[in-house]
Amino acid sequence: MIRIVDYGVGNIQAFLTMFKRLGLEATRARTADELEGATRLILPGVGAFDTAMTLLNQSGMRPRLEEMVLAQQVPVIGICVGMQMLAGGSDEGVLPGLNWVPGRVKAFATTPASRDLPMPHMGWNDLKVRPGSRLFTDFEPEPRFYFLHSYYFDAEDKADVAATAEYGLDFDCIVSRGHIHGVQCHPEKSHHFGAQLLKNFAEL
Amino acid sequence: MLRPRIIPCLLIHKGGLVKTQQFKAPKYVGDPINAVKIFNEKESDELMVVDIDAAVNKVEPNYALIAKLAAECRMPLCYGGGVTTAEQAARIIDLGVEKVSVSSAAVADPSLLGRMAEAIGRQSVVAVLDVRKKSGLFSKGYELCTHNGKTAHKLDPLAFARQLQDAGAGEIVINSIDRDGEMKGYDIDLARQMRTELKVPLTVLGGAGSLEHVGDLLGACGVIGAAAGSLYVFKGQYRAVLISYPTPQQKDELCRAALLKHRG
Repeated sequence: MIRIVDYGVGNIQAFLTMFKRLGLEATRARTADELEGATRLILPGVGAFDTAMTLLNQSGMRPRLEEMVLAQQVPVIGICVGMQMLAGGSDEGVLPGLNWVPGRVKAFATTPASRDLPMPHMGWNDLKVRPGSRLFTDFEPEPRFYFLHSYYFDAEDKADVAATAEYGLDFDCIVSRGHIHGVQCHPEKSHHFGAQLLKNFAEL
Repeated sequence: MLRPRIIPCLLIHKGGLVKTQQFKAPKYVGDPINAVKIFNEKESDELMVVDIDAAVNKVEPNYALIAKLAAECRMPLCYGGGVTTAEQAARIIDLGVEKVSVSSAAVADPSLLGRMAEAIGRQSVVAVLDVRKKSGLFSKGYELCTHNGKTAHKLDPLAFARQLQDAGAGEIVINSIDRDGEMKGYDIDLARQMRTELKVPLTVLGGAGSLEHVGDLLGACGVIGAAAGSLYVFKGQYRAVLISYPTPQQKDELCRAALLKHRG
């Protein structure tokens, strides 16, 4: 059973709709008890990093989530700001992140290679996928996804990087560290590319 | 590489989907949910939906309809119409919408954009500027309008767009009133000036009648959003209602050629 962590931000409905179409059972979890029985976890997120962290910390779900992800190794995927929350921290805020995937969230606006580009990074971009990434099993060549963000994940251990995209620089847009995954783009709004990625995650 | 965005823009009037000409004479073109389903199948880059009644009638956004649209929509959705507060914008984002646009409310109070950015993130805040070319003998340039073009403001659209960007907009949409529904091509001059002026993503709306027009705009401005209404809901000179959208191959070829031209 897929559980979508509903701590108050993020497009929960879009994921529910997508999984229903894929014929996969998914429900939202608003409390620690509702996380029970999850075999896959989705951590969505939009808006500001500190707001998202604060809401997750206040949701009462964080200790159970950490137990499930870190001790029981339940596969999890963070999406958009949900990916950024996997990092140790973000240039956008002051609160620490979950620190499940070593790295830091940086701003395009202060990165020399991207600072003169229109901000936010908005639209469909091509992914450069690392060979062997299990999220991209059976993918057609040249996958493209929808992006909408001004901050990006910079993985400390580049072995965790599953795909990059180019916006002034090649930034880490998908990370996979064991059973912990993060995607900056929006698979729930990326047509058949996104559907395939979420299906692959569900079937890992 | 980041691609230009090819965006159908759908107008809602009395619960149905319509298309206007120069912001007048709304013609019924179908059911909004059905249109979203078709654009899902055609894998359109984004979708813009504007409720053209809400601001004029001073009513709240139709949350029930927005929720239905958002649940159906498998591409990024931008909703506009009747939004006057950050709380309303947050409620719409919670329904599963990616971006919320404001027009008359932003003209009345640009600081609204800052409050919206705080509530939903700057990346989801869109300002739509309806612009009309001045037609008087001694007046040049453009004027900014609101309330479906019925109210004109003494504001320079270029300077005001920059002000809205600084206030918190993450995207600016420029809509040419004179070109609306005419299907004779975009106002390329205006688009170019805006692109030079702005640091946030730009989307241009108004005038597209063919994919060549879209190519002309992207050739002049590079990676921006090219939105259109009539082009994707009408077919032929008699404006028979038929929802269409370029195939992925058409879109790739169009964008590749336009960006080559843009780089010169």
